[in-house]
Amino acid sequence: MTSDTETLENFTQQEYKYGFTVDIEADELPVGLNEEIIAALSAKKDEPKFMLDWRLKAYRKWLEMKSPTWAFVDFEEIDYQSIKYYSAPKKKPELKSLDQVDPKLLETYERLGIPLEEQKRLAGVAVDAVFDSVSIATTYKEELKNAGVIFCSISEAIKEHPELVKKYLGSVVPYTDNYFATLNSAVFSDGTFVYVPKGVKCPLELSTYFRINAQNTGQFERTLIIADEDSSVSYLEGCTAPMRDENQLHAAVVELVALKGAQIKYSTIQNWYPGDKEGKGGIYNFVTKRGVAEENAKISWTQVETGSAITWKYPSCILKGDNSVGEFYSVAITNNKQQADTGTKMIHIGKNTKSTIISKGISAGNAQNSYRGLVKVLRGADNARNFSQCDSMLMGDRCGAHTFPYIEVDNPTAQIEHEATTSKIGEDQLFYCNQRGISTEDAIGMIVHGFCKEVLNELPMEFALEARQLLAISLEGSVG
Amino acid sequence: MLNIKDLKAEIDGKKILKGLNLEIKPGETHAIMGVNGSGKSTLANVLGGREEYEVTGGSVEFLGQNLLDLDPEERAREGLFLAFQYPVELPGVLISYFLRTAYNAIREHRGEAPMPVREFSKLIQEKAKLLELNPELLQRSVNEGFSGGEKKRNEIFQMALLEPKLCILDETDSGLDIDALQVVSSGVNTLREQDPERSFLVITHYQRLLNYIVPDYVHVMIDGRIVKSGGKELALELEEKGYSSFQQSLAS
Repeated sequence: MTSDTETLENFTQQEYKYGFTVDIEADELPVGLNEEIIAALSAKKDEPKFMLDWRLKAYRKWLEMKSPTWAFVDFEEIDYQSIKYYSAPKKKPELKSLDQVDPKLLETYERLGIPLEEQKRLAGVAVDAVFDSVSIATTYKEELKNAGVIFCSISEAIKEHPELVKKYLGSVVPYTDNYFATLNSAVFSDGTFVYVPKGVKCPLELSTYFRINAQNTGQFERTLIIADEDSSVSYLEGCTAPMRDENQLHAAVVELVALKGAQIKYSTIQNWYPGDKEGKGGIYNFVTKRGVAEENAKISWTQVETGSAITWKYPSCILKGDNSVGEFYSVAITNNKQQADTGTKMIHIGKNTKSTIISKGISAGNAQNSYRGLVKVLRGADNARNFSQCDSMLMGDRCGAHTFPYIEVDNPTAQIEHEATTSKIGEDQLFYCNQRGISTEDAIGMIVHGFCKEVLNELPMEFALEARQLLAISLEGSVG
Repeated sequence: MLNIKDLKAEIDGKKILKGLNLEIKPGETHAIMGVNGSGKSTLANVLGGREEYEVTGGSVEFLGQNLLDLDPEERAREGLFLAFQYPVELPGVLISYFLRTAYNAIREHRGEAPMPVREFSKLIQEKAKLLELNPELLQRSVNEGFSGGEKKRNEIFQMALLEPKLCILDETDSGLDIDALQVVSSGVNTLREQDPERSFLVITHYQRLLNYIVPDYVHVMIDGRIVKSGGKELALELEEKGYSSFQQSLAS
């Protein structure tokens, strides 16, 4: 008779299913970071001068900064001089159809389970696939164009829509913001740009798959989404990465601008290589995500975080306008030696602003999972309201769950509620399921899915199933 | 159906079952009565296959197989059902989904195709009626926010759905008011009538339940052993004299 514990151990030992690299000739800059590299990077991308100037300002600022140490994560110092800051697949003609795409690249997508052919047919999903640093194929562009929506790579936007980029880039996350965001500002390679004009409801769910591929290439995505007055857009990013030995740095910046009456829904499914069982070789995910909501605007972050060796990530909302709304729904799963320090910041500036935080942390193996959240109500934010719920689930007795809620209130009319629970997937629950004929694997999947349901329900329908499968794979995890 | 010989079991090094013998034939209903701590619930958990309990001696045969060799889910699929004394809550797991997974796991075990969703939903509606279970409960999470009575009714409802061969009821009467007790008992009695080969092991502290679920045999359990067996009248004798008389006779 195999014990539950044993089954669960077997789960943990499951290898990452998406670990492989494909040889593609890369057009890349030498390793290292200095002003010449940044100039070369900017030149390779054919950027206007204002962009290079901005990058250099950021770089000079970054040199004065120090890597933050306050997060509940532990890792060796990163050697920024051993990273390649630019790498693009070499064969890069203007592509009009998939036939023109490097067949090896298509193979990669297929192995990842995201063949573009199929996605073309997938109703309602436009895909801007980022392979390493440069966007390769963009679909559904026509339909979006008809609606007046701009959905392109940020490199393209810098050239085609410099006025929008100039106005909004760095308006939410300034280049001086923090160590990783500042680094990103100096060396960001590519990313996504979205602009939804006044009064337009974006007709499609927008989605980008990111993938880190070339050896040693830190990937520095920059995403900028602008929803003009009374418009709305839903965006999903999802990613997997190949297996490798050395740690890979990923320091992205995402800025959301929701103008008066606009709504932005930003969903993430993140499944980067978490490292092996000893924690070796996983991705470092140090991300700055922030949105500004003007009057009557709404920003909603939903994230399902299952990958990466280290996650350092706090998607935040600045509720600047009166009656603006911020939401954060998060599932973070850590297994083996993974470390996650994630949460959100809700900054209430406008009157009658409202925020909701639902965070579900699941920890298994030897992993550490921390929720870190700030709710701040400024003096002028009359009648601000916040509701926070942070639930942790532990599997086994070698992992940890931590909650660090910070609440700063400068206005007596504010209403703040905070609830937190910690539970263990109990032997009781597993036995109950087993006693009904349900296997331990199915039981864990069921219990975890039930635990995360409030968050998963927030995902766009097309991705809900994907998220469910991802949970099952990652939690091919452990209980003891 | 079930043949327990000289069963010994312990938890955390503490000996609980100290050589228990019991045979249940197809179609029989047996009641085990005993005070708290006599080992009644341990017996139920050991038969269910709960990992924390260590079997240190004896044997259990179930439908010709060595029960102790089977995982808990295999025991369930073979037709052993345990109605829990304290059914756990599974937050966010819908009863209908939970039951469909269980039902189809059992079907798969028998080499049958899974039942389509629509057909299954009809089936559970019917079974819910049998237990006078509010159909709205089916749309809720397993046992979450249920009253004590609803939880117990849900157990019998699941039993009715999964149609086991051997049903073990672990203090199903505890925490039930008289109305709920009648509903639960009539559900059990229906299951008894449905299949004359189905066997029941009813574990209880009080004689009251046995007025409704009338057993063929009654066993008195003290300190990990069955000390006296008899017909249904033994329960009445117990009620009258109390457990202490048996304890004393055991000591003497």
